[in-house]
Amino acid sequence: MALNIDIKQEQANAQQHIKEQGLRVLVCAGTGCVANGSLKVIEKFRELGANVSTLSDYDKMTIVPTGCHGFCEQGVLVIIPDKHVTYVKVHVEDVEEIFESHIKNGQPVERLLYKDPKTGEAVHRNDDINFYAKQTRTALKNCGKINAESIDEAIAVRGYEALAKVIEENNPDGVIDTITKSGLRGRGGGGFPTGMKWKFTAANRGGKSYVVCNGDEGDPGAFMDRSVMEGDPHKLLEGMAIAGFAIGADEAYIYVRAEYPLAIKRLRKAIADAEERHYLGKNILGSDFSFTIHIKEGAGAFVCGEETALIASIEGERGMPRPKPPFPANKGLFGRPTLINNVETLANVPLIILNGAEWFSSMGCETSKGTKTFALTGEVNNTGLIEVPMGTTLRQIIFDIGGGIRGGKKFKAVQIGGPSGGCLTEEHLDISMDYDSLIKAGAMVGSGGLVVMAEDTCMVEVARFFMNFTKNESCGKCVPCREGTKNMLKILEKIVAGKGEMEDLDRLEQLALTVKDGSLCGLGKTAPNPVLSTLKYFKDEYIAHIRDHKCPAGVCTAMKKITIDPEKCKGCTKCARTCPVGAIEGTVKNPHKIDQSKCIKCEACLNACPFKAISKG
Amino acid sequence: MTDDKKTLIIEGKEVEFSNEPNLLEVIRKAGMNVPTLCYRPDLTSFGACRMCVVEVEYPNGRKMINSSCTMPPEAGIKVHLNTDKVRKIRKMVLELLLANHDRECTTCDKSGNCELQKYAEEYGIKHVKQYAQREVMTKIDDSSCALVRDNNKCILCGACVRACDEHQGLQVLGFANRGSKTVVEPMAGRPLGNSECINCGQCAAVCPTGAITINSTQLDDVWNAITNPEKKVVVQFAPSVRVAIGEMFGLPAGENSTKKINAALRRIGFDLVFDTNFSADLTIMEEAHEFIDRLQNGGKLPLFTSCCPGWVRFLETQHPDMLDHLSSCKSPQGMMGAIIREYVPQNHEGFTKENLVSVSIMPCTAKKYEAKREQFKMADGRQEIDYVLTTQELGRMIKGAGIDFATIEGEEPDSPFGKYTGAGTIFGVSGGVAEAAARTAYEVVTGETLQNVVIDDMRGTKRVKTVELDLKGTKIKVKIVNTLREAEKCMREIKEGKADYQLLEVMACPGGCINGGGQPQSCNDSNIKELRAQGLYKDDETGEWRKSHENPEIKELYAKHLEKPNSHKAHELLHTTYVNKRTNCYISVGE
Repeated sequence: MALNIDIKQEQANAQQHIKEQGLRVLVCAGTGCVANGSLKVIEKFRELGANVSTLSDYDKMTIVPTGCHGFCEQGVLVIIPDKHVTYVKVHVEDVEEIFESHIKNGQPVERLLYKDPKTGEAVHRNDDINFYAKQTRTALKNCGKINAESIDEAIAVRGYEALAKVIEENNPDGVIDTITKSGLRGRGGGGFPTGMKWKFTAANRGGKSYVVCNGDEGDPGAFMDRSVMEGDPHKLLEGMAIAGFAIGADEAYIYVRAEYPLAIKRLRKAIADAEERHYLGKNILGSDFSFTIHIKEGAGAFVCGEETALIASIEGERGMPRPKPPFPANKGLFGRPTLINNVETLANVPLIILNGAEWFSSMGCETSKGTKTFALTGEVNNTGLIEVPMGTTLRQIIFDIGGGIRGGKKFKAVQIGGPSGGCLTEEHLDISMDYDSLIKAGAMVGSGGLVVMAEDTCMVEVARFFMNFTKNESCGKCVPCREGTKNMLKILEKIVAGKGEMEDLDRLEQLALTVKDGSLCGLGKTAPNPVLSTLKYFKDEYIAHIRDHKCPAGVCTAMKKITIDPEKCKGCTKCARTCPVGAIEGTVKNPHKIDQSKCIKCEACLNACPFKAISKG
Repeated sequence: MTDDKKTLIIEGKEVEFSNEPNLLEVIRKAGMNVPTLCYRPDLTSFGACRMCVVEVEYPNGRKMINSSCTMPPEAGIKVHLNTDKVRKIRKMVLELLLANHDRECTTCDKSGNCELQKYAEEYGIKHVKQYAQREVMTKIDDSSCALVRDNNKCILCGACVRACDEHQGLQVLGFANRGSKTVVEPMAGRPLGNSECINCGQCAAVCPTGAITINSTQLDDVWNAITNPEKKVVVQFAPSVRVAIGEMFGLPAGENSTKKINAALRRIGFDLVFDTNFSADLTIMEEAHEFIDRLQNGGKLPLFTSCCPGWVRFLETQHPDMLDHLSSCKSPQGMMGAIIREYVPQNHEGFTKENLVSVSIMPCTAKKYEAKREQFKMADGRQEIDYVLTTQELGRMIKGAGIDFATIEGEEPDSPFGKYTGAGTIFGVSGGVAEAAARTAYEVVTGETLQNVVIDDMRGTKRVKTVELDLKGTKIKVKIVNTLREAEKCMREIKEGKADYQLLEVMACPGGCINGGGQPQSCNDSNIKELRAQGLYKDDETGEWRKSHENPEIKELYAKHLEKPNSHKAHELLHTTYVNKRTNCYISVGE
């Protein structure tokens, strides 16, 4: 189809526009950094920059508020790409020093550089920060590098070029073929081949059909989709438009949880900007192809991440899953054929169109191609958002990118895939992180949450935590999920309270298997995974809780006993003074004693004792 | 592959299928079955209870567990109904449901007729104490005179929610909260008696347990009246009761038990037994003449029938601006109530205004509400009808009285209000009122005798029927709908000026009164309502008279007392008024 907008020219204009910005100072304005005060940092930089016309090499400086860089725990992040430097944990008070010392006088501020957790040394060049150096960023490529609220910055990095390409070539089936050949699989958890899904939906071309983007990211601790929506919204919009063109849809919805106000704000602006510039809306780029995108704010129910519940929610119904078949590809939103893809999946689409299916399939492993983002959290030194080729091992992620376990503790387990995933152990550190290997090991890629746990984590408590989550988030429709999760939680609560019986373990397993086999939707089918995987790999911990009334990790309060070693106690009285409930008795210079009936096991005394005379067990 | 040659294998048996909506129907067609608590053939599949799970084996060897009520049948698959896995799922589903259930079964209305109880027995469930027991018992909602809701018995199968929405389009009942805190309740947790509920009882009709039951508090009152020597108790029973009650005693659905009911009611101790079919004939006399009057004198059209109390309440609460379309005729129950009060003390010795107790047996829960209408109140403050029992409650009464209904010898009703015509009896099925009215209207308008009384296009339980009639030059169009979801469409049509019919018959229950909320439960077999309908058509066919105006007792009533249809006296006794209840109904919530 003929286009009346020259995308290459637009790109050149946008790039020129960026050049004219002078020295670009990128300040992360993702949700994490905003919470850490990045808006004040931006304001301060702008204030300083406004009054100064002479900078060492540049005639001016532009402060660029970006989306998430992924290294949230080190926020606020300030990156000066031309000087190859990344400043971490920047506060508003530090801004003047960066400006005076580095920007004006070329002298980096040593104290604000990232320190390698292993060596303790400052890292001068941002390419040398292991957290970034070991990643392969494609979907997240522009996140943190461009001003997410500027369509020009998106265009400058080839935004909408892929869309222009597919419209101009006008070969929808060809687009689907490319996606199929790339080997892209759904990034929302299930890993269904994306090209196949497009093909099924495209088979119903002719009437009204929809594209729906699933941005209902609900796993605790997961923020991959949010980062894309906040950091590079145009890439998502472009991916959706390409999908719409391929399957013959002219209308789309992005379902975003209302807890993501920043993502919603940026998406709204991006849609408005793109419509104004004719990259979306009626007659895109002057062609016959029209595509309108709406935003639907979800109220935050976890189950609405399940595609049929999500559809029900957009329709204004209660967010309850509907039985499949019929699949959305045949009967979805408002009863029409509907393509539902996750944010990350759609964000990969423009890249595949631009770089080719071979480029994409050259990354990753045999059955899982391309890269995958993960939210790395827990007891690792570097937490944050990462992107690695499929097939990377857990060891590489935790020890190279993550910088190893915090405080030199021993690695114990990693929970993959959030509440629907499973716990893997040391023996799995070298398995390939791909859809099939993880399923085989009893976990799943899921949306990509990675919670790393150290030796002092109680696995029964972990299972209880996730079960509490799924029990509360079950929609209540089918019996196994509604009643089963409730009963599993009851048993787990009993065990962590020290009241478990050995029969509970069989009952727990039976419940888990029934819920897994019998539930209606993915939420229920995967809800028992944390229980099943901890039962499989950490059964001894369950048994210790039940039979020995001991929590080996010393976490479960009910079984914790804090005692003072009379040999080591010098009678300094510090513990007695620290205790918030007056449970410690003793006189000066005589060994103290804890009244167990009063002790609330807060461990305040344990941390206060200068002689390490207090221990828990 | 051609459409008619598709087969699949169920437990080793090759089964043909064509347009069955789901695998469960194919399984049933093949003479096998799987348990289910939430599937209802007349409602959309919900897939919530997971009792109907089966193991499906695909030709490529892949196996999966799926609910058969939601799975479309596929050619070539092998279906296993009772594998270890699926039996374990079913058993645990039952155990978990029972653990969370108020297990006071002995005092439950549904005891002996409860699907959960039945499956618990079939699956040998013995222990459920090992699971989390129901912690807090919620208050029973008996605010409605028609229905009682007990959420402690609710298994959240969603059948009531679907019935209310898919049949009536009302969504009075819905799910609230999430996960194990989910409950079914009217909007904003209001009591049912203070909701938009029209009392049709279709929710109770599909409830597998005792979570929604018929409000049967009047059963004791009726017994008290019967056993009280001071009281004289008169009873009437509605058209469709006669073709359904036998089901509670092992008789086939649709078998006409009119005479057995007469006899049973007398054995129970009722003093006079009348037939609501008689007052259905009376309704036709009044309504057909009202219709002709409106037609000929420029009255408000289309005229709406007014026999169905669910439909009347729907109009009063949802479309009060349409009330002038509604026929001013009382329902047959209401007309009989009035004439019993007026004429029984005159006709029968020992009956006085004071000692007469009027009871009606209805297939309908909304009739309980109708009897309590302000407009049916007498000067002394009592209601014209004292008590309304449903078919189900009558069945229970007969059992309680130790009567062997299946073998009881039939008897004739009392006179004068016991004789009826075929026109009166077909009131119980959707289209029956219109057909009966047409028979009389034809003869009144044309002055000729109608030879062919059956109007086929008006028959059957289909939800929408439109029929054109030619009364010798006077052409009229009649629309017949059942369920209020369809009625709502008609209201829109009329408001938009798109309605081209002059008479609208509405019955709220799917198929009409034969499938009313007070009938013996039949929600697992859509065929039963067809059989009941056939039972009424047969009664029409075999009766002595087929037109209301031919009923000798009707003739006598007009000759002796009422003079002619729509006379002053007739209006006083047999007609009523309606009120706008919208404001009472929509209190504060969201407005």
